[in-house]
Amino acid sequence: MNNYSLSVSGLTKVFGRRLIFRGIDLEITGPGIYGISGINGSGKSTFVKIIAGLLTPSKGAVEHKLNGKKAEDEELPGIIGLASPYLMLYDEFTAEENIDFFSKVRGGKFSSERMRNLFDYFGLTERKDDLLKTYSSGMKQRVKFIFALQHQPSLLILDEPVSNLDIAGKNQIYDMVRDYACEHVVIVASNEESDLALCSRVIYLGDYKNNGNGEGR
Amino acid sequence: MKSNILKVSLFLLISFVIVAGMAFPIVEKPAHWYEFPLIPGLEENAKIVFFHVPTSWVSVIAFFMSTVFSIMYLRKKRIEDDYKAYTAAQLGMIFTILATVTGAIWAKFAWGAFWSWDPRQTSIFALMLIYGAYFALRSAIEDDEKRAKLSSVYSIISFITVPFFVFIMPRIMRGLHPGSADDSHSGPVVNFKMDQNMLLIFYLSLFGFTVLYYWMWSVGHKSLTLKEKVQKSYN
Amino acid sequence: MKQAIALFRKDLSSEIRTRYAINSLLMFIIVTISVILYAIGQEKISDYLTGGLLWVIVFFTAMSGLSRTFVSEEERGTVMALQLSATPETVLSGKFMFNLVLMFSMNIIILVLYSLLFEAFVLKNLSLFLAAYLLGNIGIASASTVIAAIISKAGSKGTLYPVLAFPILLPLMLTLIETTKMSMDGTPFDESLVELAVLGSYNVVMIAASYLLFDIIWKD
Repeated sequence: MNNYSLSVSGLTKVFGRRLIFRGIDLEITGPGIYGISGINGSGKSTFVKIIAGLLTPSKGAVEHKLNGKKAEDEELPGIIGLASPYLMLYDEFTAEENIDFFSKVRGGKFSSERMRNLFDYFGLTERKDDLLKTYSSGMKQRVKFIFALQHQPSLLILDEPVSNLDIAGKNQIYDMVRDYACEHVVIVASNEESDLALCSRVIYLGDYKNNGNGEGR
Repeated sequence: MKSNILKVSLFLLISFVIVAGMAFPIVEKPAHWYEFPLIPGLEENAKIVFFHVPTSWVSVIAFFMSTVFSIMYLRKKRIEDDYKAYTAAQLGMIFTILATVTGAIWAKFAWGAFWSWDPRQTSIFALMLIYGAYFALRSAIEDDEKRAKLSSVYSIISFITVPFFVFIMPRIMRGLHPGSADDSHSGPVVNFKMDQNMLLIFYLSLFGFTVLYYWMWSVGHKSLTLKEKVQKSYN
Repeated sequence: MKQAIALFRKDLSSEIRTRYAINSLLMFIIVTISVILYAIGQEKISDYLTGGLLWVIVFFTAMSGLSRTFVSEEERGTVMALQLSATPETVLSGKFMFNLVLMFSMNIIILVLYSLLFEAFVLKNLSLFLAAYLLGNIGIASASTVIAAIISKAGSKGTLYPVLAFPILLPLMLTLIETTKMSMDGTPFDESLVELAVLGSYNVVMIAASYLLFDIIWKD
C-alpha cells in the first residue's frame, strides 16, 4: 500500500540531570513487530513518545519516511497511531463520539464502515453509545485501540498493550497485532513475555544507559 | 590582571560621575569647567539626569537583551542562552526599580507628586509588571528545559506589546517629562540646554552605567552556567 | 480549517454537557456587578469611572474563564490524544474559536446588565463603542488563548493566569478605556481612527505571534 520506514539515529534523552538513554539507533524498513523492553523506569514510554513526536529528544533525530520522502510534522497524526494506559479520551462523550471527533480533527477520509468493524471486533458495538465514564478500564483500553487503529496508521505504537485486559482480550489483541503487522509497522513497548514473543526484534533500553565513557554496558 | 584594570577604571569612572553629578554647582553663567548651566524650570533638580536617565536606559537595554537571548534559546536550545536572558531580566528589574525610585523622588520636587501616570512612568510600570510576571512564571516551573522554553515564549510575547505602548500612550496621557512633546516648561533638555561639560558628564555616566550593567550581566550568567556544571558533575 | 471546527464543536458540546465554565462565569459576572453596585451605594460616580469599571469586569471575567480550554485538557490528560491526532495549528485555531465565542457571549451579557444597572454609563457614539468592543474582544481572546496555553504547560497554577496576561493586555486595555471615554464624549468616528487602528493591529500582531509560538508551547 505505502512504503513506510522509520529511522532513529543517536537518540538521547536527558530529564534535567538524569540520563534516560543514550545513542539509540534503529532502522525499520519493512512491516513487522518490533519490541521495546526494559525494567520499570528505563524509559520505554519516553522512547515511544519521542518516536510518536510527543516529546523532543535531547539529542538525535527521528525520521518517518513515506515512499522515501521525509514526513513533515503536520503529517504525523495521519501516520502514527498510539495506544497506551496513560492515553486519556474524553469521558463526557460516548465511545463513538470520541472516535468520530478524533477522526475529524485528524482530517483525511473517515470510513464509518471501518469504525463499525473495529467496534465489532473489540465487542463494543452494544456499548458504543454509552458515555466513556461508564466504561470499565479494560473497555476503555479497547476504545484506545480503536482510537489508534481507526485511521490505519503506517506506524502503530502500543505501550503496554495488554494491561487491564483479561486472557480473552489479550489473545484478541495478539491476533490483531499479528494481522496488522503483515502490512504495517508495529512497535510494542512492554515487559510481558507474551508480548515480546510476538516481536521479530527486541531492543533492551538497559543497553543504552552508559554515560558515554564506556561504563555500564 | 587586565580585567582588574578594567574594574578599577570602571569604579573610578562611576565614582567621578557620582561626585561630579551631585557636587558640581549649578550657576547662571558657568565660567569654570566644574559649573553647570541653569536650566529654567529644572534648576537643581536637573542633576537627576546623571543617574535617572542612565538607569532607565539600562532597564531598556536589559529588556531588549532578555528578549534577544530568549529568541536565541528557542532557535538553538542552548541552556546558556536562557541563563543570559534570565540574568538580563534580573538586572533589568534592579535597574527598573532604581529608575522608578529616582524618578519618583525627583517627581515629588518637580511635579509635586511621587506618581502621576505620565507616559514614561506608565511604561516603566508596565515593564515592572512584565518582569514580575516573567519571574512568577519561572518560579512556577520545575523542569529546566520547560522553564527556559515557556519563559522565552513569554518574553517574546511581552516584547511585541511594546510598540503599542509607544504609540498609544502619548495620545492618552499628558507627558510631563522634560523634553516630551507636551512639556511647556523646559522643553527639550538633552542636547539643547545642557552645555558641553554637562553633556560630557551625562555621556560618561551613561557609558559607565552601561559598562557596569554589562559586567554584572556577564558575571551573573557565567556563574549560573558554572553552577549548573558543578551540579551536573556531582550526579 | 475543518479540523479546527471539529475541535471547536467538541469543546462547545463538552461545555454544554458539563456547563462548567458557563455557570461559574455567569455567577462571577453577577457577583462582581452586585459588589460594585453595593460599594457605590447612593454615591454619584463619574461617567468615566463607569467606563473604566466595565473593562475591569471584562478583564477579570476573561481571566476566570478563558484558561479552561487548555487547562482542562492538561488536567484530564487528554492532551496526548489531541497531540497525536491534531496539528498545533488545528488546536490553536479550535481553542481560539471557542474562546472567542465564550468571550463574546459573556461580554454581551456584561454589556446588557451594565447598561441596565449603571445610569451614568451613557454612550453618545454607540457605533464607535461597538467597533472598539468587537476589536477589543478579539484582542483579549487572542492574547488570553496563547497565555492559557503557557500556563497549562506550567502546571496550571490558577493565580498565574491574570499575572501573566495583564502586562500583555495592558496596551489593549488602556486603548479600550480611552475609546470608551471617547464614545461617552460623542467623539466622531474619524477622530478616533488611530485608536481603532491600534486595536486592529494589536489583534493582527497577537494572532500572528500566537501561531508562530504555539508550536513551541504545545510540544513537550
